[in-house]
Amino acid sequence: MLPARTILIWGCLAAAVSVPILIAARSPLLQWRQPIYIVGGFAGIVSLAAMLCQPLLVGGYLPGLPTRRGRRVHRVVGTVVVLSVVVHVAGLWITSPPDMIDALTFSAPTAFSAFGVISMWMLFAAAGLALARRRIGIRSWRAGHASFVSLAVLTAVAHAMLIEGTMGMVSKAVLCLLVLIATGKVMADLKIWRSFRGRNM
Amino acid sequence: MPSSQFTRRGLLAVSGAIIVSSLTGLVRPGHASGLAPTPTMRGGANNYLPGAPIVERIGGGGFWMSGTVRRAGDGMPLARRRIQIWAHTTEGHERDPHSHGATLTDAEGRFRLEMPQIVPAFGQPHGHLAYDDGVEFRTVFLRPIMRSARDTSLSADFVLEPA
Repeated sequence: MLPARTILIWGCLAAAVSVPILIAARSPLLQWRQPIYIVGGFAGIVSLAAMLCQPLLVGGYLPGLPTRRGRRVHRVVGTVVVLSVVVHVAGLWITSPPDMIDALTFSAPTAFSAFGVISMWMLFAAAGLALARRRIGIRSWRAGHASFVSLAVLTAVAHAMLIEGTMGMVSKAVLCLLVLIATGKVMADLKIWRSFRGRNM
Repeated sequence: MPSSQFTRRGLLAVSGAIIVSSLTGLVRPGHASGLAPTPTMRGGANNYLPGAPIVERIGGGGFWMSGTVRRAGDGMPLARRRIQIWAHTTEGHERDPHSHGATLTDAEGRFRLEMPQIVPAFGQPHGHLAYDDGVEFRTVFLRPIMRSARDTSLSADFVLEPA
């Protein structure tokens, strides 16, 4: 039988990820949206939920996924985050091209558009750095990845919280808070600030 | 005589006030009653379709878009001006032609058009309006936001600048 701790941790993660998605799936707004808009919107929710898994995997906090295996899964989930953001942008672009072009060129009237686009670029930078990590040295890699991820997470949370969309307000706030706490915790546990000190990178 | 003293002081006060206000731009010549033109809002022209037809109402109705159209400067109401309206509603996306319609202002420069309920899209419950006759006055696009997604009306006012 699985230990209670294992069941509790995985149960909490499953709930934190699935409850916001299930609540969004019951949103009345969906009945007035075409499939491509719905897919685009949910891709955004999936990327936020996947962002919660990332620090937990890196820190080896999930039972059955100690650090080494956790980091392998982290790469897979990282790919999921990037791909779901691409689907998010593509889906919304098809739904309303001028609104997406305004967002990408930072000329939209809404602050959340700018936050979302900054988050996307920070995420791409974090993922791009991961592809080049063997070539840039461990300190640069850790400091760079942590910096890009911090900015990506903060702007993603601002983006999500300012939007009036299909997500429930409470479940969205809880998910955002958990993403912030998990990201902060793993950076503290890994003493990430050490990578910013010492010899030149 | 008290009246002559009063006059001199009055003259100084008035001339001083005129100099100060002209220097600081408190009163600008020609814009004395100064109703400033409404600027086009960012994103206002998104999904605009030129030449939306004048309609009794857009779709099934249930939601009211209203506002006024006036002339910049003197604020004179502009009658029989065409205002185009579109939004993401319960009956269609912004880019769908059936989500678009136009109406004319009355003698007092007011317009009011019934349309389907606006629902949040792209993160905000908002509508779009355009004045685009473009001959006498400059084109203006507005993108007002509803205070709550449950609101059943929205208004937007145009102050037009001569082209």
